[in-house]
Amino acid sequence: MSAAPTTALARQLLAAGPQGPIDVPTIQYAALSPVLIVFAVALAGVLVEAFAPARARRGIQPLLAAGGFVAAFVAVVLLHARRQVLAAGAVAIDGPTLFLEGAILLFAALAVLLVAERRLDSSGGAIVASAAITPGSPGATAQRTSVGVQTEAYPLMAFSVAGMLLFVSSNTLLIMFVALEILSLPLYLLAGLARRRRLLSQEAAMKYFLLGAFSSAFFIYGVAFLYGYAGSVNLGRIADAAGTVGANDTYLYLGMALLGVGLFFKIGAAPFHSWTPDVYQGSPTPITAFMAAGTKVAAFGALLRVFYVAFGGLRWDWRPTVWAVAILTMVVGAVLALTQRDIKRMLAYSAIAHAGFLLTGVAAANSDGLRGSLFYLVAYGFTTIAAFGLVTMVRTADGEASDLSQWQGLGRRAPVLAGIFAFLLLALAGIPLTSGFTGKFAVFQAAVAGNAIPLVVVALVTSAIAAFFYVRVIVLMFFQEPTMEGPIVVTRPTLTYAAVGVGAIMTLLLGVVPQPLLDLAGTAATSGFVR
Amino acid sequence: MSTFPWLTVLLVVPAVAAVVVAAVPRRFSTAAKQITLAVTLVEFVVALLATITYEPSRAGFQFAQKYWWIKQFGVSYSVGADGISLVLILLATLLVPVVVLASWDEVQAPGAQAAGTGVAGAGASTASRRSVPAFFALLLVLEAGMVGVFAATDVFLFYVFFEAMLIPMYFLIGSYGPVKEQAQRSYAAVKFLLYSLFGGLLMLAAVIGLYVISADQLGTGTFDFATLRQLEITPGVQKLLFLGFFVAFAIKAPLFPFHTWLPDAGAQSPTGGAILLVGVLDKVGTFGLIRYCIPLFPKASSYFAPMVLALAVIGIFYGALLAIGQRDMKRLVAYTSLAHFGFIALGTFALTSQGGTGAVLYMVNHGLSTGLLFLVVGFLVARRGSRDVGAYGGMAQVTPVLAGVFLIAGLSSLALPGLNSFVSEFLVLVGTFTRYRALAIVATCGMVLAAIYILYLYQRTMTGPLVHEEARGVLDLSVREKIVVAPMVVLIIALGVYPKPLIDIIRPTVTATFVDVGHTDPAPTAPVNASQAGGHS
Repeated sequence: MSAAPTTALARQLLAAGPQGPIDVPTIQYAALSPVLIVFAVALAGVLVEAFAPARARRGIQPLLAAGGFVAAFVAVVLLHARRQVLAAGAVAIDGPTLFLEGAILLFAALAVLLVAERRLDSSGGAIVASAAITPGSPGATAQRTSVGVQTEAYPLMAFSVAGMLLFVSSNTLLIMFVALEILSLPLYLLAGLARRRRLLSQEAAMKYFLLGAFSSAFFIYGVAFLYGYAGSVNLGRIADAAGTVGANDTYLYLGMALLGVGLFFKIGAAPFHSWTPDVYQGSPTPITAFMAAGTKVAAFGALLRVFYVAFGGLRWDWRPTVWAVAILTMVVGAVLALTQRDIKRMLAYSAIAHAGFLLTGVAAANSDGLRGSLFYLVAYGFTTIAAFGLVTMVRTADGEASDLSQWQGLGRRAPVLAGIFAFLLLALAGIPLTSGFTGKFAVFQAAVAGNAIPLVVVALVTSAIAAFFYVRVIVLMFFQEPTMEGPIVVTRPTLTYAAVGVGAIMTLLLGVVPQPLLDLAGTAATSGFVR
Repeated sequence: MSTFPWLTVLLVVPAVAAVVVAAVPRRFSTAAKQITLAVTLVEFVVALLATITYEPSRAGFQFAQKYWWIKQFGVSYSVGADGISLVLILLATLLVPVVVLASWDEVQAPGAQAAGTGVAGAGASTASRRSVPAFFALLLVLEAGMVGVFAATDVFLFYVFFEAMLIPMYFLIGSYGPVKEQAQRSYAAVKFLLYSLFGGLLMLAAVIGLYVISADQLGTGTFDFATLRQLEITPGVQKLLFLGFFVAFAIKAPLFPFHTWLPDAGAQSPTGGAILLVGVLDKVGTFGLIRYCIPLFPKASSYFAPMVLALAVIGIFYGALLAIGQRDMKRLVAYTSLAHFGFIALGTFALTSQGGTGAVLYMVNHGLSTGLLFLVVGFLVARRGSRDVGAYGGMAQVTPVLAGVFLIAGLSSLALPGLNSFVSEFLVLVGTFTRYRALAIVATCGMVLAAIYILYLYQRTMTGPLVHEEARGVLDLSVREKIVVAPMVVLIIALGVYPKPLIDIIRPTVTATFVDVGHTDPAPTAPVNASQAGGHS
C-alpha cells in the first residue's frame, strides 16, 4: 500500500481493492477430480522417491501410477454427464473433455504396463538405471546390466498425464499454456531416460526440449496477441470478440497463427514435425508409446477446442490453412516413411501421416468431424501403443532390434508375434475390419460432408502410399527367410503381453463392433464444447 | 419363399472353420486338410440347395437379411442374392473344394523335398517349412470373403469384403508362392495388394460420395443398395462416382491398362491361389461393373460405355498377343484371362440383355475353363518343376490323361462350340452386335487369336516326340488329381450342351438391371446370322 500508484489502471485497481469483496472463485472439486487425483498421485510419487528404499520403489511406483490412472478413469466415468465451466471459467468439463480424459487415462495405464516391464532387458527394463552417468564412461556399461532403475519415470508420467488432462479441459489460453508446460516438461526428461543407446536418447531429449520450448514461445506469443485483441484469454470471450466488427483484426490473425504453430508442433503436423522421428527413435520405447498415444490425444483435444470454440466463427479463415497443413502433413508423413530403415522412425512418420488424417476431421469443421476425430484418436492410440509395445519385444543381445533388416523372417520364428504386428500394421494402413478403417471412414465421411473433397482425395492417395511401407514390413516378416543372426524374441514379458493384447483386441473390436464407441463419441460431439 | 438364411450360413461356416483350422497344430496337418475339405464340400452343397430354392422369376433380392451393423453411419449387415450373385457364389463354392483337393500335397512340397533330397537343400528348407493349417485357413477366409462380396447388398459391406479379401490372397501369394523365387513372389504379392488397395481407395471415395448424396437427399445417409438406386444424381457427379467405382473394378477384373499385376500374381500364386484369384476374385471386378456401376450410375454408364468398350476390345487383342508370346505357362494363362475379361466387359457394356447374360455366363465359364487350365499347368509344374514351355514337349506320350484334360480345358478356353465357353462368347458377341456392329466384328477376330495361343501352347508342350528324355519317368494323373479335374471336365461339357439352367437364373436379373435404368434391347435390324457366321470363321 505504500507505493504511490502511478498509472490510472493501478489507481483504479487500488480504489476497488480494499472496499469491494474479492471475488473468490468457488471450485467444484468433484468435477476436477480426475486432474486432482493424478496430481496427487504425482506428488505422492515424488514423496515415495524421497522416502522409500530403492528396492521398494520399483514395486510401489508402478502400482501407484497405474492405480492412480485407473482411479482417475473411474472418476471420469462417474462424471460422464457433467457439462459445466468451473474455476472462474478456467476449466471446461464437457463431452469432448471427458471423452478425451478417459482416453488419455486408459493409454497412460497401458503405457505404465510397458514402462514397468522388467523381464525384457537383462534386468531393469527400458528405463535407465542412472541418468546422470556420462555415456562412454566406465559406469555406463555397468548401468546397462544393473538392476537399478530411475523410478522417477512414474511421477514424471503422472505429472505429464495431469498436464494432458488439464490441456484438453482448459477454457482459457493461460491455463492451456500452463497445462502445455506441465505435460511437456516431464516428457522432455522422460525422452532422455532410455537404458540403451544413451547418446541417442539424450539427443532426443535435448532436441525435444529446444524445439518444444521454441513452440511454447510461439504459443504464448499468440496468447498475448489474442489478449490484446479480445481483452481476455477466455476462449468464449475471444469467440465473442471475433464476432464483432471493428477490433484490430491483425492481432486476431497473428494470434491465431502463432497459437496454431504451437499446437501443430505438439500434434506433429508438417512443417512442424521434424522433432517427431528423432524423439520417437531416441526415447525409451514404452515412453514413445505413451507419447504417441497420449500426447496426440491431448494436443488434438486442445486443437479442437481452440479451433471449434475460440475460432468457431472464423472457420472460413482458418480452414484453408488447416487444409494446407493437413495435405502437407499427410504427404510428408507417407512419403518420408517410405525411406526409413528403422522401425521406430517408420512408426514416427506413420504418426505424422495419421496426424494429417486426423486434421481432415478437424478441417471438416462440423459435429461429424468432431465425432470422427474423437473416435480416430482412441482407435489410433490403442493400435500405436500395441505396435510400440511389440517393438520392445523384438530384441537382440544388444537391445531392441529396431533396424528393419533385423525383422526379416520374424514370421517364421515367432508367428504369433509377427501375426499380431502384421494385424496392427494393417490397422494403421486402414484395412476394413480394423479400427484404423473405421476411424478413417469416420473422418473422411465428415470431411466430404463438410465439402473438403480435395482433402479427402489427397488423404486417400496418401493412404495408398502409406499402405506400401506397412506392407513392406509384412513382406519382410513373412515372405523372407530369417537371417542367421536374427533377433531374439523374449518369450515371457507378462506386462507387455497384457498391454499389447489389450491394444490389439481393441483394434479388432473397434473395427468389427465400433458402434458403442461411436455412440459415445457421438454423444460427446453432439453435446459439443461448453464455453 | 425360403426364409432360411442361406447366405449367412454360407458366410459364417467357412469363417468359423478358418478359425478352427488355424488353431490346428502343425503336426496334425492332415486333420486340417480333412476338416477344410469337409467344410468346403458342405458349403458347396448348401450353395447348391440355395440355388434350387431360388426363384428366378421373382424380382429383387432373395434370401435377404438386414441387421444394423454401425447405425451411426447407416451401415447394415444386409445380404441378398439375385441371379448374378447366386451363380457366382455357386462358382466360388464349387472351386474351393476343387482347390483344396488340388493343393493337398502342394504346400508340403518344400518339407517333402528336403526329406527326399537329403543334405543338399535341407538347410534352407527346414527354415522355410510353411504351415499347412495356415494355408487352408487362408483358403477358408478367402471363401468367406468371396461369398460375402457377392452376397452383400449394402455398399459399405461390399467394400469391406472387397478389401478384406485381399489380405488372405496376399498371404497366399507371398507365403505360399514358388519356394525358390522369394523376391519375385514378394514383389507379386505387394503389387497385387497395392493395385487392389489403390483401386479400393478410389472406390471408397465414391462410396463416401454416395453416402453424402444420400444424406443430402433423404435426410439420413444410407449405404443400402436398393435405396441408393433411387437417388437422383446429377450427370456430372455421376461421372466422377462412376470413375471411382470403375477404376477399382477395372483394376480388379483387370481391364487393359490396369492389368499388369495379373501376370505376376498369376505366376507367383500357388496353383490353388491362382485358380481362385483368376477364377473368382477377378470376377468381383466384372460383377461390380454390372451390379454397381450400371444400376447406380446409368447416365455415366452410357456416357463412358464407348471408352469401356474400346478398352475391352484392346484387352481382347493385347491379352491374346501377349499370351502368344509367353513362355511362362502360368503367365500365359493369366494373359488369356485378360482377353477373356475383355469379352466380359464387352458384353456388359453393350447394355443389351443378351450381352449382359452372356457376360455373366462368361464369368462362370471362364472360372471353369481357366480354373482347369491353371490346374493342369499346376500339375505339369509340380511334375517338372518349371513353368517354362521349353521344359516340356511331347508330354502326351507319357501323360496321356493329363494331355487330354489339358486339351479339353484349352478348347473350352478358345470357345469351341459344344463346350461351355462357346455359349457365353456367342451371347456376348450377339448382344454386342445388335448395338455396336463394328466392335462385334472386330472382337470376333479375337477368337482366332485365342485359337492360336491355346493350340500353339498345346502343340509345344504335348504333341510330337518327347523332347526331354528325363521326363519319361513323369507320372500321369493320380487318382486324387483325376477326382479334382473330373467335376470341372463334366461341367465344361454339360454347360456347353445344356446351359439353360444357368441362363434361366441369370437372364431375368440382367434384363431387370438394364430395363430399370432404361436400356432396352434394340430391335434387330439385320439378320442375326451375320454375326453367327463371323463367329465361326
